[in-house]
Amino acid sequence: MKIHEYQAREIFSSYGIPVPEAKICTTPQKAKEISNLIGYPVVIKAQVQVGGRGKAGGIKIAKSPDEAMKIANDIFSMRIKDFPVEIIMVTEAINIKTELYVGVIIDRSSKRIAVMTSAAGGIEIEEVAQKTPEKINKIMIDPLSGIRSYHLHKLTTPLFTDNRTPITDNRKLCSECDNIINKLYHAFIENDCSLAEINPLVVTDKGKLLACDSKINIDDNALFRKELAGLRDTKADDPIEKEARESGLSYVSLKNGDVGCIVNGAGLAMTTMDLIKLYGGEPANFLDVGGSSSPDKVVSAMKIILTNKNVKSILINIFGGITRCDDIAVGLLESIRTMEIPHPIVVRLSGTNQEKAKEILAKTELHFVSSFTEGVKKAIELAK
Amino acid sequence: MSILVDKKTKVCVQGITGRDGAFHTKEMIDYGTNVVAGVTPGKGGQNVNNIPVFNTVMEAVKETDANTSVVYVPARFATDAIYEAIDVGDPEGSGTKIKLIVVVTEGIPTLEMLKIYNYLKCTNTRLIGPNSPGIVTPDVAKVGIIPGWIHMPGRIGVISRSGTLTYEVVDQLTRAGLGQSTCIGMGGDPIVGMSFIDLLSLFEADTGTDAVVLVGEIGGTDEEDAALFIKEQMSKPVVAFIAGRTAPPDKRMGHAGAIISGGMGTAESKVKAFESVGVPVATSPMEIPELVKSHINQ
Repeated sequence: MKIHEYQAREIFSSYGIPVPEAKICTTPQKAKEISNLIGYPVVIKAQVQVGGRGKAGGIKIAKSPDEAMKIANDIFSMRIKDFPVEIIMVTEAINIKTELYVGVIIDRSSKRIAVMTSAAGGIEIEEVAQKTPEKINKIMIDPLSGIRSYHLHKLTTPLFTDNRTPITDNRKLCSECDNIINKLYHAFIENDCSLAEINPLVVTDKGKLLACDSKINIDDNALFRKELAGLRDTKADDPIEKEARESGLSYVSLKNGDVGCIVNGAGLAMTTMDLIKLYGGEPANFLDVGGSSSPDKVVSAMKIILTNKNVKSILINIFGGITRCDDIAVGLLESIRTMEIPHPIVVRLSGTNQEKAKEILAKTELHFVSSFTEGVKKAIELAK
Repeated sequence: MSILVDKKTKVCVQGITGRDGAFHTKEMIDYGTNVVAGVTPGKGGQNVNNIPVFNTVMEAVKETDANTSVVYVPARFATDAIYEAIDVGDPEGSGTKIKLIVVVTEGIPTLEMLKIYNYLKCTNTRLIGPNSPGIVTPDVAKVGIIPGWIHMPGRIGVISRSGTLTYEVVDQLTRAGLGQSTCIGMGGDPIVGMSFIDLLSLFEADTGTDAVVLVGEIGGTDEEDAALFIKEQMSKPVVAFIAGRTAPPDKRMGHAGAIISGGMGTAESKVKAFESVGVPVATSPMEIPELVKSHINQ
């Protein structure tokens, strides 16, 4: 789960990480009032959960009340990569000497926590990692022993040794930075993050460190034990994907596809999409009805598929193990009875209670197929 | 022969009194699995499907010599259940303990799994999952939720990150007359206990396995690591399949672990890794049996 910059900033601040003065608001008038309080110049930042908002014009400096009002007005009327701007954050403008990068993530391949720093802050870290990996300092930490002072030394020393910041005593900056990384690590662990990042961590003209952008992603699996679940901005989600989530389905829509799919199991659902593409069709979505097979889920799945106006045929691909084919059949029958479905439906039901399922659906006009391949080919043909 | 699960497997079901735990206990027993105990804290003394229920794993192991645990405990309590099974160790030096833990539970926090993974390194206990469908050694035993009837005893090992896709692949193998030595669902989470490499090395050493089918999916670098291992340390043929060639980046495809992020974990990268070490990659599950046959005969 992604959260907004201002929410991440509050979490970092509560751990004692230095952040610029800032406030959020939802109207241009309020933006002006906050700007007056903070003192000019100020930076006005759109709060959207996508990268590249600076390039898109979502971050601007205002030098006067009128300008603050105008910029806030402009930003509120923007859509950044399809996301409307409903909250902006006004912050004090900082005189920047250097921009650094500090981040913590889970490293899947080493099964450790990776803490990274770079003197090349302020830009996308993936880009730095790809083009100039030597500019990234990375330490793998065993979560059982946690972060130790020697880790911090290794991470911060390279940031302050090439005379890029000849403002104050480098040793003092080094130890301030050690502190910030230590706090960031603890914020990461204690809030069940999958990512915690400060980019840029700024060295100011006065020789202080300040976290000028705050980013946190929270592990979806940990939401049950956190008040942090309340930080979710449901407006930032695709409304259909959100509805699917609330019905216990896993759904991802694809652009330009015309074969809708309803499948049990994530691996089989991905493979269904892959085979549709392999045989010359275009899958419209990923949809996993999950392990337990309540007929209601099939009805919800059908409703969700029908919201996609590009869909021309629907493929039901079920391999029954725990999921019982007869439960799926009951759900299908209910869908046909209660909804107007303008598309042909291809049904492949294999496994637990498949015969019973066929009996249930005997009087319907569905296209029954006996194999995965046949089902995929038929659904593509019917979408044409 | 087989790996991980055999005739000596004595199963303790953690979360046996829950809906899923009770249902699958019966399924496991019906398949012939030697289920000896169940554990649900506070419900010791009860019976589920004629299996005695204990309050702790320690008691269950002492009384029944259980050596394998399967965890159906809901996510918010599953972390404790896993530590409990690991910590049973070797009570009274009896030589019996939980050697293998299979975690079916989905939705355990990733950081908890990260800690468990590193904690396990100091023990000899093996962990499959979480979010695993389980393990089947055909006609011997099944631990978990994989339907038994799709299997046929034989000499092909199957390792997969998926559930129903595994069933599809096993079904294809069985229909083609290719029986299985052991089939394992590793689990669809980003951090799981045993990896492809761990399981490949067990199959390499197993005299009952002639070839291995590896079913991977997008996300992480486990498949790439496996390719390197196959090149350097496997003599038995391996056939691969990768799900998610059409998955868009930055979208979680059902499994928490199936996500392409920061350009990492793409299907292309995995297919390329396998092909570059001579491992054939099937374009569909239906192609797998043919590829296996042609490679066994080489």
